[in-house]
Amino acid sequence: MESKDNLRVPGSQKPLTIEKPSDLNTIGGTVSVEINEKKITVPLGTTILEACKMSGISIPTLCNHEDLCVAGVCRICVVEVEGMRTLQASCAFPITAPMKIRTSTPMVRKARRNIIDLMLSEHYGECYSCFRNGKCELQALAKEYGVDSYTYGHVSKPKYEIDKSSYSVIRDMSKCVLCKRCVRTCIDLQEVGVLEAVDRGDKTHISTFLNKPLNDVICINCGQCINRCPTAALRANDPSDEIWAAIDDPKKHVIIQTAPSPRAAIGEEFGLGAGHSMTRELNTALKRIGFDKVFDTNFTADLTIIEEGTELILRLYKALVKKEDAALPQFTSCSPGWVKFIEHYYPDYLDNLSSAKSPQQMFGALIKTFYAQKAGIDPSDVVSVALMPCSAKKFECNRPEMHASGFKDVDYGLTTREMAKMIREAGINLPEMPKSDFDDPFGEASGAGLIFGATGGVMEAAIRSVVEFVLGKKTEDIFEKANIIPLRGFDGVKYMEIPIGNEVGEVPDIIKHLVPDWNWLKGATLKIAVAHGTANAKKIMDNIKAGGKFSECHFIEFMACPGGCIGGGGQPIPTTPEIRKLRAKAIYAEDESLELRKSHENPNVVKIYNEFLTDGPCGHQSHKLLHTHYTKRGRYIA
Amino acid sequence: MLVLEKNAMTEEIELLVHKYGKLRSSLLPILQDIQRKHNSIPDFAQQEVARLLDIHPVEVFSVISFYSFLNTEPKGKNIVRLCQTITCDMAGKTGVAKALERELGIKFGETTKDNKFTLEYVNCLGMCDQGPALLVNERVYPKVTPERAVQIIGEVK
Repeated sequence: MESKDNLRVPGSQKPLTIEKPSDLNTIGGTVSVEINEKKITVPLGTTILEACKMSGISIPTLCNHEDLCVAGVCRICVVEVEGMRTLQASCAFPITAPMKIRTSTPMVRKARRNIIDLMLSEHYGECYSCFRNGKCELQALAKEYGVDSYTYGHVSKPKYEIDKSSYSVIRDMSKCVLCKRCVRTCIDLQEVGVLEAVDRGDKTHISTFLNKPLNDVICINCGQCINRCPTAALRANDPSDEIWAAIDDPKKHVIIQTAPSPRAAIGEEFGLGAGHSMTRELNTALKRIGFDKVFDTNFTADLTIIEEGTELILRLYKALVKKEDAALPQFTSCSPGWVKFIEHYYPDYLDNLSSAKSPQQMFGALIKTFYAQKAGIDPSDVVSVALMPCSAKKFECNRPEMHASGFKDVDYGLTTREMAKMIREAGINLPEMPKSDFDDPFGEASGAGLIFGATGGVMEAAIRSVVEFVLGKKTEDIFEKANIIPLRGFDGVKYMEIPIGNEVGEVPDIIKHLVPDWNWLKGATLKIAVAHGTANAKKIMDNIKAGGKFSECHFIEFMACPGGCIGGGGQPIPTTPEIRKLRAKAIYAEDESLELRKSHENPNVVKIYNEFLTDGPCGHQSHKLLHTHYTKRGRYIA
Repeated sequence: MLVLEKNAMTEEIELLVHKYGKLRSSLLPILQDIQRKHNSIPDFAQQEVARLLDIHPVEVFSVISFYSFLNTEPKGKNIVRLCQTITCDMAGKTGVAKALERELGIKFGETTKDNKFTLEYVNCLGMCDQGPALLVNERVYPKVTPERAVQIIGEVK
């Protein structure tokens, strides 16, 4: 995913990208160019934009994004190339010969100013009533180029109705500048294909199939488009007003659970660089805002590992010992975007999806049952909020089947950006907060739950426990410091084999009633895979469909967003490959600093199986509360 | 759409994909063939073309919305298109337009009640030296006068 090679670049854009030579020392491997009279040598095929960046010259961009293929449609990055009659878009100009480039001539400045003026003339709305105020790329450009009047006028009425049909994504096309980043995100990066430019000329607008509302087309709610939109044309469905109302209502007991990824990223909203984990500062801030309890979603991430791991063992047992049909490979089901993707595009494989709910929904079900009982609160007075890096979580908590507790398990899904807004509204500067811990009875969770946030994390957490369950050895004895490096990193698809050998341990008490011993696993090899971004998920699914290598896997982790949850659609804008790396680093560093790093060692998880889910993992009670079912949606839009 | 109709449509598109190849570039010829046969490209056909070419339905819709000669909603059996660009306008487009509207009893952009005719404006047909130009289905008529326009409609009827 981090390399652009796998993007399905439309044919018309192929001439805009040139493969860089593998060996720069060959003749013609590099080209020397002169930018603003400064000489620089760059690899052949480097774009003018990249070359300028290398020599420290900043060029404004709008349609260009590091995650996406070249488009060259906004023209804001134009520069003068000596010998060329017209200005050239620097993002779409690969350097193949020595040339002289000028980035700040009267012609360039005038052209850029004109382009901004033209965009503003079609851009509806005033900045102060816009939620992207201060974070809008168009606004920043207007400021940079000193726009002080509307040279070409300004639209006074919105051109399009705001599409609020989706639980997750709101589209306000009157604010669209047609940079087509969302189109490239949806079609190339995610291969979901909801948005495209429709109609022609001045009537061009970004729309869905047959101009249907977003709720009626195949949108997986991943929110990647929101994260790449330079203006406020795309945004998440913000429930913060309802949450404030609940906080202000003395009768309501408002609970928030926080996922690991927002904690690793929310600092960016408060001026910190990427990669600062704010877990404990956030706890204090949330208490001050008025949340009655702050819980750690990692607790149910640990629970997910136990439930999903047990489910995998049961499926393997069924297939290998009982010789019955079992849906293998088992797929993870933590990512609601991925779940909707498979429901639409591979409905025949829904049995392979683990029936375990995502950590968010497990927590929701437990808060309104276990916790409400324990704390002596009427569950109808509990308002359960989930801080997630994700816009699809908003859809997930509104799924009709998510009422296991008898109430709506999770009332509101809140994204990192919206949380930051609420914190600012409360007059709190997050980095200055003192540190505090999570509330009982769920308390601290393990590092295994924490790394759910990065791609490969769910798998790593599962392997840490499975290895100890089956081999009876410490994970640390097999993987140094219990870090399973092959599962980390940002390769689109990761594959790993773990030979089990002939030595197996005792079956732990918690699942003793399900499998008598591990002898049936002797000599077996556990095959696992990890994919992030639905484009990569599609590759694995097509491979499984064709009976390829991945159909022999036992367990596959899928995350809808590039980079996993840390690159989620609810995370601070911008999200780039570089920022994703730093956020992942913060998560892994926090994991390594923890004592407790394996899900099954979490004392609170052990406690909940003793006290509440008494018939064990995948037992009756846990099936009722912690497992779900899926809907065959299919690919046709009615 | 009935299941039988859907199956027939799928079969037809499969044949077209086979004929033109499973490539992104086959999209336009496939759409043109469907348009020619069905007079429009129904929702289901768009989704089937997308599935069989391994692209997304919205990409197909995007292409259809770009070209004036492709449409998603059915139009009349015969489509009468009058060139509205400047040379045809100066050569007497307005008179022809009025004659057509009177003869068919509809305005531009509308379809007759019996679904026989749809009247539309188009941009340049490339007949600037022989305007006003009229395009009826796939045949171009140069130097059309109001009388000739009425006669052409009669011939098509």
